Amino acid sequence: MPIILLRQMSVGQKGTVAKVTAQGELGRRIRDMGLVPGTPLQIQGRAPLKDPVAIRLRDFTLTLRNNEADYVSVEVDKGA
Amino acid sequence: MRKANEYLIALAGNPNCGKTTLFNAITGARQHVGNYPGITVEKKEGFYLFNGLKLRLVDLPGTYSLTAYSMEELVARDFLVHERPQLVINIVDASNLERNLYLTVQLLELGIPVVLALNMVDAAASRGIEIDANELSRRLQVPVIPTVARTGKGKEELLEVTAGAASENHQWHPLHISYGADIDPVLDRMEAEINASAFLIDIYPARWVALKYLEADEQVLDKGKKVNPELSKRLEAIANEVADHLEKTLETYPEAIIADHRYGFISALLKSGVLQKSNKSDRLYLSDQIDQILTSRFFGPLIMLLILYVVYKFTFDYSAYPVGWLESGFSALSGFMESVLPPGLIKSLIVSGIIDGVGGVFSFIPLILFMFFAIAFLEDTGYLARVAYMLDRVFRTFGLHGSSVMAYIVSGGIAGGCAVPGVMATRTLRSPRERLATLLTAPFMNCGAKLPVFAMLIAAFFPAKHAQMMFLLTIVSWMLALLFARLLRWTILRGPSTPFLLELPPYRMPTLKGLLIHTWERTWQYIRKAGTIILALSILFWALMTFPTLPESQKSRFEAERALLLDQVPDDRRNSIQTIPSTTDQSFEEISSLSQRIDAVNRTESQAALRNSYAGRIGTYLEGVSRWCGFEWRTNVALLAGFPAKELIISTLGTAYSLGEASQEEEISLSRRLAEDPDWNRLRAFALIVFIMLYAPCLATVTCIVKEAGALKWGLFSLAFNTAVAFLLAVLIYQGGLLLGLGS
Repeated sequence: MPIILLRQMSVGQKGTVAKVTAQGELGRRIRDMGLVPGTPLQIQGRAPLKDPVAIRLRDFTLTLRNNEADYVSVEVDKGA
Repeated sequence: MRKANEYLIALAGNPNCGKTTLFNAITGARQHVGNYPGITVEKKEGFYLFNGLKLRLVDLPGTYSLTAYSMEELVARDFLVHERPQLVINIVDASNLERNLYLTVQLLELGIPVVLALNMVDAAASRGIEIDANELSRRLQVPVIPTVARTGKGKEELLEVTAGAASENHQWHPLHISYGADIDPVLDRMEAEINASAFLIDIYPARWVALKYLEADEQVLDKGKKVNPELSKRLEAIANEVADHLEKTLETYPEAIIADHRYGFISALLKSGVLQKSNKSDRLYLSDQIDQILTSRFFGPLIMLLILYVVYKFTFDYSAYPVGWLESGFSALSGFMESVLPPGLIKSLIVSGIIDGVGGVFSFIPLILFMFFAIAFLEDTGYLARVAYMLDRVFRTFGLHGSSVMAYIVSGGIAGGCAVPGVMATRTLRSPRERLATLLTAPFMNCGAKLPVFAMLIAAFFPAKHAQMMFLLTIVSWMLALLFARLLRWTILRGPSTPFLLELPPYRMPTLKGLLIHTWERTWQYIRKAGTIILALSILFWALMTFPTLPESQKSRFEAERALLLDQVPDDRRNSIQTIPSTTDQSFEEISSLSQRIDAVNRTESQAALRNSYAGRIGTYLEGVSRWCGFEWRTNVALLAGFPAKELIISTLGTAYSLGEASQEEEISLSRRLAEDPDWNRLRAFALIVFIMLYAPCLATVTCIVKEAGALKWGLFSLAFNTAVAFLLAVLIYQGGLLLGLGS
């Protein structure tokens, strides 16, 4: 299954986190919010100006800026 | 020191987990809010009596983790290790258990005794999430109590278990998690070295210190370097070695592996029966359905504008009544004092110094109450997070954060706001640099006190263009505030933007009790902290405008002039000459003209006294510089008087033009006076408007900036910076206009 960046996913698409490449504060924040490899997620929506993006994971909704989403690659589900 | 029957209990948990609601439910009104020493993070404390035991509860700031990146996390962690509470009540949101347990795991790794409050079990159940609390308790080896903080369900049991566990006087038993084959052996090695040298173990558990070296935690590394530089270096070398190895073999970092294993530990914990989800949870939650409208591309921004407008109207329209009551109360009080006190310095001090100063402090209270109520409502419902989400793209361009919008609007982004509650509204911002940039630029907005001055100048020089001018001024203030925010973020507040990563909590109906407590504690903080300083400085400014008094020779000259006029009045009318003469009087015409002449003498004396005062002298002295933007001493002294409160600009300008003060028509007569003055023209008026829009925030605002930014230097900075910006722009406008031939 293809691995793409979180930014490139479309609204409604599902997948599983494959890799988080952010380091330092951003990396720690991303991990604190539970965005670690193996976590299933779904794109819930985008803000009116297409940025930030809202995702659903672990039963809550998280929003992050597109340039932060660039550090997260996702293995997308088939047919989603 | 702890008393024998008193226990210190900390409340820890993620933001939005219901922690504060539970804290309020337990402590009720027996709480008070302060700040942690030296920083602006709020510290809430309360107590609860349980079977003769006193439980002293401290509500730690809501955090997702215990790293050293944010002020809130550092505060929470330092409190735990330095104050060593007997117990931590860790509140977790049952409907979002996995992520909430991430903090729990870190608390357990620290070793502090924990009682888990499994909160919002009702919301979880409605989403089809069932949790076996007994099994979870068995696996975690800590008591787990299901609660619903909003209704108080489970509160008694939680307190009972807490009191019981706290009195057992627990040792700290750090939890050991396996971090896999790459980390575990290294951790063992480091732990042995740390124990051998008793390195930092008076504060932290040994394995925890080792873990923090692997995570490259700034605070622990700094402390380590001071205590034992040699060992600290060795530990860092080991950590770097592991990091290099992991990067080469797995392309990852120790921190990432540690987080992965923590989440792995949590998944294992919740497996096989502890957490069960029925199919219901796949359905769209109600919150998500609401969000499909409230954050949609077209309706989202539209509804947001409407809601922000309603918040603004609510804050300023409804607070107008209590503000009016307070104002009439204070003016009745000064009227009374005016009539009973003999004329002189004491009367002036009490009426113009103290009563006006106290009135100034109190007049903000209804505004702050209403603003915090509105913001608490938006925050507790979860809508404020959506506002930040929708507007972040715009505000980030200027180095700010989506949440900055609230401070701007309340400060006067919709003309007529007030920067005092505006600056206080930045509390919802968690990113330090973005927050400072917001609170330093919010005073550029057109607050309610600047509007009468604008109205007066517009009426004099841009008649029949009131609406257009006000719109233009609103746009100009937004542009300049955003522009200077960008400038600050490029210069003195330079630095990468703080990661956004914001949770959109499910929409919830806030409890009235929670809103009221929230609102009151913030307002009380303002009265207690800002109030006294504002009063003291108001009196100082009164002195500046009063001393030195006119020399005796001048005073007696005015006195002689008055006596001369008074002599022409029939004896029986002398006392009533200040009041309106009755129309039935035959000599009405004559007396009224005499009364006006006496008035004129009084006004000339006030003007002379103002010019002679320190403020007048400063104003005159500054003419050399202020001429650049077209201002003479009268304008300067009015601007100076506008610092304690911008409302004073008009009345002082009135005195400086010997129009007298305290008259209802003052604004109109001053407006006419300026329009007829050959020294004044449109260009000068516009330069003055822009100067007033931008120059030093009023005393109350500066006091709040100092409190909110946590350092005196930011208050002083805003004074100097805003005045410099105002001066430069006013000069630019005035000189540019003169070059273009507009100065006539």
